[in-house]
Amino acid sequence: MRVRAQIGMVLNLDKCIGCHTCSVTCKNVWTSRDGVEYAWFNNVETKPGTGYPTDWENQDRWNGGWERTASGKLQPKQGGKWRILANLFANPDLPEIDDYYEPFDFDYDHLKSAPEMEAFPTARPRSKITGERMEKIHKGPNWEEILGGEFAKRGEDYNFEGVQKQIYGEYENTFMMYLPRLCEHCLNPACAASCPSGAIYKREEDGIVLIDQEKCRGWRMCVSGCPYKKVYYNWSTGKSEKCTLCYPRIESGNPTVCSETCVGRIRYLGVMLYDADKIETAANTHSKTDLYDAQLGVFLDPNDPAVIEAAHADGIPQDWIKAAQESPIWKMAMEWKVAFPLHPEYRTLPMVWYIPPLSPIQNAAEAGAIGKDGAMPDVRNLRIPLRYLANMLTAGDEAPVAAALERMLAMRAYMRSKTVEGVTDEAIAARVGLSVRVIEDMYKIMALADYEDRFVIPTTHREQVEEAYDLRGGCGFTDGNGCSTGISKGSLFGGAKKPLKMPTEAM
Amino acid sequence: MHNFLFGIFPYIALGVGIMGTIARYERDPFTWKASSSQLLRRKQLVIGSVLFHVGVLVIFLGHLVGLLTPIWVFDAIGTSHGAKQLLAVVAGGIAGVMALVGGGMLAHRRWTDPRIAQTSSFADNAILAMLLGQLVLGICTVFVSLGHLDGHEMVKFMSWAQGIFVFDGAAASYITGVALVFKLHLILGLLIIMVFPFTRLVHIISGIAAPFRYLLTRPGYQIVRSRRSEPLSRR
Repeated sequence: MRVRAQIGMVLNLDKCIGCHTCSVTCKNVWTSRDGVEYAWFNNVETKPGTGYPTDWENQDRWNGGWERTASGKLQPKQGGKWRILANLFANPDLPEIDDYYEPFDFDYDHLKSAPEMEAFPTARPRSKITGERMEKIHKGPNWEEILGGEFAKRGEDYNFEGVQKQIYGEYENTFMMYLPRLCEHCLNPACAASCPSGAIYKREEDGIVLIDQEKCRGWRMCVSGCPYKKVYYNWSTGKSEKCTLCYPRIESGNPTVCSETCVGRIRYLGVMLYDADKIETAANTHSKTDLYDAQLGVFLDPNDPAVIEAAHADGIPQDWIKAAQESPIWKMAMEWKVAFPLHPEYRTLPMVWYIPPLSPIQNAAEAGAIGKDGAMPDVRNLRIPLRYLANMLTAGDEAPVAAALERMLAMRAYMRSKTVEGVTDEAIAARVGLSVRVIEDMYKIMALADYEDRFVIPTTHREQVEEAYDLRGGCGFTDGNGCSTGISKGSLFGGAKKPLKMPTEAM
Repeated sequence: MHNFLFGIFPYIALGVGIMGTIARYERDPFTWKASSSQLLRRKQLVIGSVLFHVGVLVIFLGHLVGLLTPIWVFDAIGTSHGAKQLLAVVAGGIAGVMALVGGGMLAHRRWTDPRIAQTSSFADNAILAMLLGQLVLGICTVFVSLGHLDGHEMVKFMSWAQGIFVFDGAAASYITGVALVFKLHLILGLLIIMVFPFTRLVHIISGIAAPFRYLLTRPGYQIVRSRRSEPLSRR
């Protein structure tokens, strides 16, 4: 056993309202620069839909993630080391920027500078890459918002596998949900494995996966290696970039920007202890439906005295162990089993987990005839097909998702009974295998979701890293070359590209 | 002038090239990259880039081995100068055409596609033009070489190149009588070595180093870094 700590995240999709505050605040902090206008370290997709970049979940097309070969070996789906090296000249699996979208801006200045004209002046779009006029915008970061576009296109969603999807194209039967996505900070990251330069690494202290910008050579194998398509190639700097889990904030005990600003309070951050020695075996589990259970087996119980002792021996500070004991991630993923990894079949052992959303009962006509289990409706009659959620969260295994949805319904029924009727109905809790104490704890953390219950983040132990005294007068966090402001000025060794001219004359 | 170009300038070019590369690696590692434009436009890149890179690598290795291997090695293993010349002409010719076709596709893409044209720096365009020019000159030398397949001209260049590396003061005099196209090829080649650290060409070093790092010095696939000043004991 080799104990390591990781900051994990859970998103309660049952409460996501699709407001995109997470995406916008993240964008403003991290990717409002040349070269990454098109990149969204955090984005929110409306499901069913093909997402961003288009069709990202279709690994037959992109070859992201890992595969178990016929001989039982675990290797990146885009190929082993030799294959990756052979593709250095041109990466056959790399998306083009049009698979994301061509970034654009509008001629806002024209609105106030236009001369007197017959027609009302408008702000027309221009490409942020070439500065040329774009007559029509074909795609954006959230092109399918609230079921935008025809079902024929959205229905190509990979999660419809095994679902009779035609009826969900009908107006009466349609369903939707939001899926906020960010880097999964995987236990077995495929991006890191694909990098020939060794620039991508996982941090031992908190599990955050980062790209060393000074070691990255722009071979772009990580972009195709990541099955979630959450590594982005900066076309201006020629380096890859990704979500940093806002590590400067995490280190000081603050939640990430996306979590801090989430108005629905759907995001949770906490410590998970895991056994680093078990990762490879877990990721190489034979059957893809067993991967969810295999990942649960990698996590270590922070209340187990043997784990605590081993954690101390492995240099995990006491306050991190305490944080792991109070971790909302542990409770939701391990104790209540209501949170699931996103696409465990990619074998990356992702660490951003999701609570599946409840949805209205299938339709009014069926409501009378619906299967009811006591006070609770049968989760198989929810509007979002169980199989759809299972394809997304458990590689198609419906049982764990059904159990989670039942527990969430039970929590609602129990609290309704308690607060409206004044009756504490222990039977509801017992039916889903929970106690009254647990179900009230679930209510406190998942429904009320106080700030200190959502974010249990121990500060980093700087004293183990460097002399704090030597840091005085330093420049703190920078994003680029040395003590810079994030904008790399030209030097002998390559300058800024030509500044983009954005002509705004009336056309 | 001849002495400067082929006796002194090689040292300037190599000096600037080597020192500049070290300085860039040390002082400005953030700028060290391959600068791929595949994300912006995939069209023509896959075929063009593979043709260009494979061709150029063959040529590079051929020049390295052909010019810098002492002539007595070839004599010892019984390769006649004529056979070596023929090998150089055939292999170099094929690889040169491959590289030129690939390079032409890449240049067409870089100079006509608005996305790539807009995002190319002066250095990007200049080095591409220099490489294409060098390929054209190199292929032109093949036709000259066809006129003297006994290999005696080739031996002159070997003596010159090896003379440069052993600080032979008379190195430049070995190639006084060669055809103009060879001289131009040499001058442009030295220029490319000189501007090497100031262009995207530095990625060649990373490309050569990558297989060693990835295959030999990295057990398994994953990398975990610790920031602890006192590393944990290995178990």
